[in-house]
Amino acid sequence: MSTAQSLHRSRKRKNAVMMALCIIAAGIGLAWLALILGALLYKGLSGVNLAVFTEMTPPPGDAGGLLNAIYGSIIMTIIGIVVGTPIGVLAGTYMAEYGRFSRLTTVVRFINDILLSAPSIIVGLFVYELMVRPMGHFSAIAGAVALSILVIPVVVRTTEDMLNLVPNALREAGTAIGAPRWVVIRSVAYRAALSGIVTGILLAIARISGETAPLLFTALNNQFWSSNLNAPMASLPATIFQFALSPYEEWQQLAWTGALIITLTVLGLSIFARSLTGRREDR
Amino acid sequence: MTAVSEAATSSAMRTREATVRRFAVTDMVFRAATRASAILVLVLLGGVAISLIAGSWEALSKFGFSFLTTESWNPVTENFGALAPIYGTIVTSAIAILIAVPIGIGIAVFLTELCPRPLRRPIGIAVELLAGIPSIIYGIWGLFVFAPFLQTTIQPFIISIFHGIPGLSSLFAGPPYGIGLLTSSLILAIMVLPFITSITKDVFDTVPAVLKESAYGIGCTTWEVTRRVVIPYTRVGIMGGVMLGLGRALGETMAVTFVIGNAHRISASLFAPGTTISATIANEFTEADGALYTSSLVALGLILFIITFIILALARYMLLRIDSRTGA
Repeated sequence: MSTAQSLHRSRKRKNAVMMALCIIAAGIGLAWLALILGALLYKGLSGVNLAVFTEMTPPPGDAGGLLNAIYGSIIMTIIGIVVGTPIGVLAGTYMAEYGRFSRLTTVVRFINDILLSAPSIIVGLFVYELMVRPMGHFSAIAGAVALSILVIPVVVRTTEDMLNLVPNALREAGTAIGAPRWVVIRSVAYRAALSGIVTGILLAIARISGETAPLLFTALNNQFWSSNLNAPMASLPATIFQFALSPYEEWQQLAWTGALIITLTVLGLSIFARSLTGRREDR
Repeated sequence: MTAVSEAATSSAMRTREATVRRFAVTDMVFRAATRASAILVLVLLGGVAISLIAGSWEALSKFGFSFLTTESWNPVTENFGALAPIYGTIVTSAIAILIAVPIGIGIAVFLTELCPRPLRRPIGIAVELLAGIPSIIYGIWGLFVFAPFLQTTIQPFIISIFHGIPGLSSLFAGPPYGIGLLTSSLILAIMVLPFITSITKDVFDTVPAVLKESAYGIGCTTWEVTRRVVIPYTRVGIMGGVMLGLGRALGETMAVTFVIGNAHRISASLFAPGTTISATIANEFTEADGALYTSSLVALGLILFIITFIILALARYMLLRIDSRTGA
């Protein structure tokens, strides 16, 4: 009897210890998020003022803002999304609609999943070899192309997943009233999957707006205002990289402020994107 | 009267036929456009491979296989070897995975078994937000907050503990720089944690309730159910998640670049500065003068591409296996 009881007690104890460890693990995860966000708010907020959004990046040891970097980031992100999204949506459409059971789809899905997690610095090297070397100079358009290559796999994945969730009865209803396939896709499937596809695009924006590695040797950086797509262009992440590693206090402060701006943008976008799909799940 | 209506009908027929034909053409064009986009995804990956091979050709043909086994990295004498970055990449990623896997599985157990239902979604999202934070943020945080903290508190403590113990004392040899291999590993661990957690949680959710209930029914504790039923059932999926995390850690660039120290040497101590493949490329690519220097950096990129491709392909293969099982 006593052995059974002690066995029971030791199993209970082991369970309690392991479950406590699991709770601690969750605590560690949450605490780390809080630590990072706390440090960002603490160090970044003190540098937020109007000049950040109205002045150019300063020379070393001077006060200034991040206007040209913010502008460059927005421009390259927009071009990246505009180039990458249609390709991604179309590829996802093929995989979910026309070629759902074809071998090509299986291969593309596998390769796309690898592209999705491939190191972004490799994409930077690729675009360097593809565009910067033949053109002979760094350019904003090369940076935008690098970003669009990162957009494509994200959009392909969500588009395919979301279209696969659309009930076939809807498509059959469309076909039954005589609509050709592409009309069914456009007016029925896309419409039913819209919030999911938009979520994918938002997540893609969130992903590329913080990307640094693919911009380092495509768009490079630019200390001055430039709207020329054929010339190097500043971006927030590249500016943060340069300023944070510099010995100047003003630059480091601007780096923290820029980091805060990026993080709030990215987190805001991903929470918004999640709320779009979350609402649909609840319904 | 009848003639007029017949003419109207036949013209209606003609427009209908034309419309149908137009529809067929548009459909074909649309189909071709979607197919071309799908093929473009394949072309992209092929293009990456070809451009990396072409870019690294000069370095690889000059150094040959010894590129992989040489530690020296000297831009002045133009003698390049990839051993130090490869060592740094593998060591930091391996330590990161060793730290992140138990914590990730712990969080997944917490979320699926322990967490009160209303808290599940918020906590799950919070952990996934860690994945959304751009890597440069981890870098700046690691450099200005985490590394100084390690330098002043944890590292001197560990050095004093292991001082004089053979093996461990050289693994944790001073001086405490703050930055270095171990700091990079810790930052990487935080970064891959959300990937491992969310995949582990997803595969835990695929365990049939009947299996768990029958284990609970014969009196198992939550831990025993997790250890004996849930983990064995989902082993392949967990491995897939771990490999996916490993792929991320191997290729992670910006966070590591900030805190690794960029030193081309192999040190026994985990506190010593080192370098990784991606950090070397990020730090030196724009400053590289000379075709051979650039080519050697691209060759590093090719090595990273091959390693991550294999790891990620294995990860996907394992996740596919668990998908097909739940689909059946």
